[in-house]
Parts: sequence; structure tokens; C-alpha cells
Amino acid sequence: MLKPEELTDRSTDQTMKMFAGPDPDEYSKCVHCGFCLEVCPTYQQLSDENHSPRGRVFLIKQVAEGTLPLEAAEDPVFACLDCRACETVCPSGVPVGHLIEMSRGQIHDVRTQAQKQSRRERWMLRGLFSHPRRLRLAGGLLRFYQLSGLRRAARAVGALKLLPRHLQEIEAGLPTVPSRRSDFSLPLPVPAPSDHRSTQPVRVGLLTGCVMDVLFADVNDATVRVIARNHMTVVVPKGQVCCGALHVHAGDREEAQALARRNIDEFLGSQVDFVVTNSAGCGAAMKEYGDLLRDDPVYREKAQAFSAVVRDISEILVEQGFDAPAGRLDRQVTYHDACHLCHAQRIREQPRQLLTAIEGVDLIEMPDSERCCGSAGVYNLTHPDMARQLLDRKITDIPEQASAVVMGNPGCMIQIRAGLAAHGRSTTVLHTVQLLDMAYQAEMAEAQASSAPKR
Amino acid sequence: MLPVTVIQELEGILGRDNIIVDEHRIMAYDCDAYVAEKFMPSAVVFPQTTEQVVAIVRCLARKGIPFLPRGAGTGLSGGATPMNHEVVISLAKMDQLLNLDFENRRATVQPGFVNLMLTKRVANNGYYYAPDPSSQSVCTIGGNFAENSGGSHCLKYGVTTNHVVAAEVVLPSGEIVTVGEPYGDPVGLDLLGVLVGSEGTLGITTAITVKILPKPQAVKTILAYFDQVDDASQTVSDIIAQGIVPAACEIMDQLMIHAVEKSVYHVGYPQDIEAVLLVELDGMLESVEDNAQRVLDVCAQNHVRTSRIAQDDRERALWWNSRKMAFPAIGRISPDYLVQDGVIPRTKLSAALQRVSALSEEYGLRVANVFHAGDGNLHPLICYDARVEGQLQQALALGQRILEVCVDMGGSITGEHGVGIEKIGHMAYMFSEEEIKAQIDLRRVFDPQGLCNAGKLIPSPGACVENRSAHHTDDTVLAGVSQGGEHL
Repeated sequence: MLKPEELTDRSTDQTMKMFAGPDPDEYSKCVHCGFCLEVCPTYQQLSDENHSPRGRVFLIKQVAEGTLPLEAAEDPVFACLDCRACETVCPSGVPVGHLIEMSRGQIHDVRTQAQKQSRRERWMLRGLFSHPRRLRLAGGLLRFYQLSGLRRAARAVGALKLLPRHLQEIEAGLPTVPSRRSDFSLPLPVPAPSDHRSTQPVRVGLLTGCVMDVLFADVNDATVRVIARNHMTVVVPKGQVCCGALHVHAGDREEAQALARRNIDEFLGSQVDFVVTNSAGCGAAMKEYGDLLRDDPVYREKAQAFSAVVRDISEILVEQGFDAPAGRLDRQVTYHDACHLCHAQRIREQPRQLLTAIEGVDLIEMPDSERCCGSAGVYNLTHPDMARQLLDRKITDIPEQASAVVMGNPGCMIQIRAGLAAHGRSTTVLHTVQLLDMAYQAEMAEAQASSAPKR
Repeated sequence: MLPVTVIQELEGILGRDNIIVDEHRIMAYDCDAYVAEKFMPSAVVFPQTTEQVVAIVRCLARKGIPFLPRGAGTGLSGGATPMNHEVVISLAKMDQLLNLDFENRRATVQPGFVNLMLTKRVANNGYYYAPDPSSQSVCTIGGNFAENSGGSHCLKYGVTTNHVVAAEVVLPSGEIVTVGEPYGDPVGLDLLGVLVGSEGTLGITTAITVKILPKPQAVKTILAYFDQVDDASQTVSDIIAQGIVPAACEIMDQLMIHAVEKSVYHVGYPQDIEAVLLVELDGMLESVEDNAQRVLDVCAQNHVRTSRIAQDDRERALWWNSRKMAFPAIGRISPDYLVQDGVIPRTKLSAALQRVSALSEEYGLRVANVFHAGDGNLHPLICYDARVEGQLQQALALGQRILEVCVDMGGSITGEHGVGIEKIGHMAYMFSEEEIKAQIDLRRVFDPQGLCNAGKLIPSPGACVENRSAHHTDDTVLAGVSQGGEHL
């Protein structure tokens, strides 16, 4: 049994660097009102206080005060989606997401090496996501699998049935991996088109993101085109690495810090005005680098400076004043609020502004658009049952008449694609910036058509 | 810890997934939103049907094991706190809408159905459910039934008891009874009236039929800033003296405003005003417009700094959120708080607030005030820090003094939060021994064994304050029980 005293004992052992546990000033903000219960996806499914934000904060507090052993908090703390819907409603301002992450860091630290994450999870986080080259290799293998006939063969012989059902569904939902990755395909830097504006164009550095880069390179391409179309210069720093969000969620703060330092050096070294991402999870994590590295005397201030210039793609476009596309797209779409956009970054209006600026686009709001789809980083791999329940609810909420469901996070894109396929729905999954890009493409096509000599 | 045979029997009724006995996991049920007193339950069970509730209650009653019902656990007086190590019967999974009858304006729900969810479900048809406790986005209609919950709009529309027309109740013996009539008035004694507000001491409600109302044609919400709390209070009295019945009439004082402004529900209130007054008018368009102007005029006569009408639903929602989220927003300025629920005659608001302010200074604890000004229901929030030795006791003592002020002014110790364990010691200040005995006798009719949420609401004879220790199924109560049983 792991007791909090062991933390103290081990923290005096200089061989291992300990992370501070959850901050008493943070959990004591909770006045136990319970206003968070009904917005918590896991409480909605389980109706159990232990799986509510109030309950989790309570457990974290009990552990800190020595009333409960650390292991009592482990299940509830790891079963949290870290969606932060509770933070959106919490009147007393409990930073539940941060408490959960700190608690996971504490548990991660106290676990003996042998107990640390399942080997699969550990391999994925430290062995795969921390290494861009390996991730690309994995992407390549996945592409080979998908296109070589192996996928068809595997499906034909039923080999996939050997996989757990949730992995089968995710496999089915994966997009075909593009042959190229975004950062190779882009002639960089992409300059802002010269126009009447005389001021120096804003220079943004794009975080290509691990998942976006490998699975959704077309989203990155669209992002670059849209930024450039809106009079900004795009650079993609070569040495950038994973943002570390998955590591923070899993409690591996040490690895996350290493990744953060590298990204800070890369982007700040590229003299960018803003760091832009099209992945909600990455944006939220990078906006919190300041906190992640608060105990690092060398990086603390750099991290704060970095976090201050991080923007989601929808945020930067609205902030800088985007051009409404002249092209028309006649379609009905619905919008899913990714947790790490709406709850963690409080970005709700900007994506909707972009979508409704497109002539002909009819935005139909889905019920509870802010409820988590169950993707939540690697949650759909670690907690498949809960993830599936939430996915089923999300798919049911997507209006039948919408031809596309639009969102701003790759994890949600994979998850919802899988869900739609499993439910036999033909709704397309798009990133917000893709729809905007289509409208700009339509604008160009229309301009070309009208400028073409008439016969 | 429950006997293994009882656990096995409960598992047989509910399945293993619907019972918690693990000592680490039951701890999350040691209190509700009243955190000053905590007790460990012996188990937590999650029935989904009336039949399961019956089976659970019969099993526990047979063994003489105490139990209590729990909704969302948002109660502010400790009604769901297992002070006798009860088996907590969580009704959170009994959350179905059982019937909707728009033509007759009735809805029947299971007790775990969330208050606001009912309005959401009927809104498209032009209806709503009127009682609106501030916790309405979370609290359950079963909990509202138990506590006879109020809310901001109860000034015009009445509290829960005015909206419940019938209920199915599992008595502490395990017997199912239905009380009230879904349509028309019930004949005979008003048993439903006894059950609503009985704080889960007379049985467990398993289905509740309530009225749903057509949405008013027009709504106008007025926000007014005052430099003196007295002026705001006087405005409220003057509005009502004019014959206007606002749907709601709410005041927050300066400390409360500061807390709210630090929360995600900030409105942008000036930090130097002493009071914010929120008045809502609803009804026919013409009368609402006319009354809105009259309210603005009354504000002006009472030295208002500024006043205005909400421009749209969004602004109205923003103002209401700042009010409804006010209690927990106190967490922004204090680690712990106690909220009182005293009622005074509306005309004595100013005097009462002065007394509260004096007591706050005497005890050296900050008190924020937010109140349903229209019906004189005060909510002083006493700020304290449980980590500081003795502060909780000071806060409790201050709370007691405030309630005494309310009773002395001709009011009562609770408007809508219930007595629970929090105010049980104050019952003797409000009621004579005979009055309390009459209530004890009535309770025994329903629960002769004293197993169902005992120790709440009604104090034991002559032992109102001491009766707070964990083990309470003592000889005096049991002796009284058998006598009570004979009287039946």
C-alpha cells in the first residue's frame, strides 16, 4: 500500500527527483457544492461520487491529508477524462484538470518502475510520441498496412477480430495515412501574399502535432493555406517535438517537461510572433507550459513567454481579423466542441464565427456539443468501455441532416470517425480549418472562372 | 461495516456493480454540500426501480440497520449525511422521466431526475417547471421533494410543495403508498403535505408527479446598483407595496459581489456599490412592460446609482448565473463557508442586516449576504477556515446567533434549505416542547423503528443539541419507538 509518508521519505532520497503533489490552495477552493456533477461525463454514466469532479477533488484532498492511501485515488483519478467540463461551471474556480494532472504525476512517481503504466502505454508515450522519426515510421507502416492490401487481407480473413472491439473500431475509423507529411510538403516559410497592408506581416510558427502530422497532414496543409490567405507568414520549425500533452495526462511530467523545453527553444528561436496549432489538446498543453516548468529556474520565464503567444488556429484568425471567404459552400454542418478547446481554452465562439462566415454554410447546433466524445488523449485505449459509451452518445447527438461534423482536435476526429463508421453513418468528419479552406478554394475557382476569357 | 449476509442480500437485489462497501470508496458519501459535519456510511447502494428500493428497505428494516435516501448531495443542511452510519440509498440512478402529460400539464419523474432537466425536456412545447433552487442544474426533484426546496422564482410561484401533486413513497417498513392526486384535489388529510419537506425522515419517494407551467408570454429582468443596502431593501418593499408581484426579487451585498466577480460568472459589477438588486417580472406583455417602468421609477426614488433592463436572453442568463452561482463562488474568497437560511418579515430587512453585520464584527468572521429579498429569506454566508483551530465552532455559533435574530424578529430558522443536522439544535428555539413532541409522534407513525434518516429535522425530546453523536439508535429512542407503535 502506498502511503503519503512514502512520498516524504522518498523526497529526501536524492536519487529521485520528486514532483510536488496537488496544491492545497487548489483543492481547498472546493466548497463541495456539487454543481460540477451533472456536467461530468463519467458521473453522468456512473452516478458515483467517486467518479465526479467533487469526489475526485475530495479524494485528492484526503490523500494529501493522509486520511486515505494514495492508491484509493488511483482509479478515480485515472478514470477522469481530463475534459475539464467541471472547470467551465465551477463557481469557486477549482482547477480540477490541474489537480488531476498533479495527482497523476504523484501516482506516476510513487509507482515502482515495474508498476509504471502498462508496457504498451509506456512504449507509446516515451518510445513513440517522444520521437518524431519513430512516429513517422509508425505512420509509414500504418500507410503500408492500409494501402498494400494487408488491411483488406486482414479484414478478409477476420484477423482483426483478434483485436479487442474498441481497437477494431478505431482501426476502422483511421483515415488513410497520407503519403507525405505536412511539413515536408510545404514550401517554407510560406510568405503572406503581398497586399495593400504596409505593415510587417505577422509571423506564426505552426506546431504540426504528432497525430495531425501523421494522420491528418491535409489538415496541416489547409491550415498553412488559410493562414497565408489571411496575410500571415507561416514557418514550421524543424526541431519541434510532441507537445507533451499525452505525457502530462498520463502523469509523466518529467518527459513532458523535456519536450516542452525543446519546443520552447525551437519556436522562440524561430522569431515567431505566435505559436499556432490546430490541435486543441496541444494548444491547451502549450498554454500551460508556464505552469509545467514553473519550478525550472532556467525555463520558467521562457515558458511563460511561450505560453502567452500560443494560439489555436481559430483564435488567431479571429484575433487577427480573417477575410470572409467569397466562395460559397452549400451544406449543413454541425460543430463538436473539443474539450480542450471549449473547456480548457474557453474557445467556443471563434470556430463558429469561422464556419458561419462561409456563405451557404448552415450550422446546426447539436445537443450537448461540449460533452466529451470519449477520445481524451489515449483514454479510448486505456478506458475503452467508458470511451465507447460516450462515443455512442456523441454519435446519437449528431443531427442526421448534417453532412459533416466539424471540430478542432485530431483525437476527436479519429474517435468520431470510428463512431460514425460503427453506427453506419455517412457523415463526414472535418476540421474547422478544412471547411474554411474549401471556401477559399471555391473563392479562387470562382475568381478564375470569372477572369477566364469568354468564348 | 455491514454484516456479510446483508451485503450478499443487497448484491442479490442490485447486482455487484450497484453497491459500494469498499472503505475508500464510501468516504465520498460522508457528507452533502454541508461540510461542517461528516460521518462514514456503512454502504452506498444504487437502486434503479421502486421494487429495488422496497427490497433494500425491507432487508435493512428486518435487520434494524439504519438507512437514508440521497439525491445529488447538494443539500445545505446535512440531510443526506449519514450521522448514524446509515446505508446511503443513492437515487442518482433513478433518473427517468416516467410520463409527460402536456394537456393536463403534469410530469412524473423518478426521484433522481435533475430539476433543470425537466424544464429542458418540456421547453420546446412551451412549458417549464417553476421551482428553481440555485442548484437546479444538478439537484434532483426527489431532493427538492424532501427539502421542500424553494428558489428565486418562488416569490411569485411558490415552493416545491405548491407544485407536487402526487407521489409514490416507500415507507420505512418497505410498504409502497401513493399519496396525493395527479389531477384535482385529494380528499381527506393532506398526507402529501406532510411528506413534502420531511427531509427523508418519513420514507423514500420513488415517483413524483409535478405541475408544469406554460412559459410566460413576456419576461423582463431589471438590474439595479445601490450605494446603500438599505435603499435596495426599501426598493423591494416599495415595489411590493405598489401591488406588483415580481417573479423574483434578489439582493447581493458587497462581499458577495466581490466573490462573484472573481468567478467565471462575473458580470462586471462596480466594486464599490453596496448592493445589487435583481428584479424579474413575467406575465402578459403589456403588464410586464408597464410594471418594468414602475420598478425603474421606484429604484430612482430610492437613490439607485444605475438601473437597466436586460437587453436579451443572454444578458438575463448572465445576471441570473451570477446570482445562482453565488454560494459556491464564496470559495473564491474563503476556503469554507456556512450558509444560513433564516427568514424575517420583509419590512425588517435593513434592521436584520445591521444585526448580522454587528454579529460578524463580534465574531471576527466575514459574512456575505445574498437573499431572496421579496420573501425576506436571508442567506448569510459565514466565511471560515476549517484548518484554523476553533473557527468552525465560531462559525457555527455565529450562525446560531443569526438564526436567533431571525426568530426574534418574528421569522423562522429556515426558508428552503431544511433543518437537517445543521439547524436541529435551533428547533427548540423556535418550537415548544409540546410542538416538537407532536412532530416526533407523527414521525413515529411513519417510522416506528426510527431507521429512516433519524436524527434529522426533528430533535429527540429534551436532547436537541447533544443529539449529534454518531451512534444514536440509543435506548431512549428505541423505548419511545415501541410506545409510539402502540399508540397507532
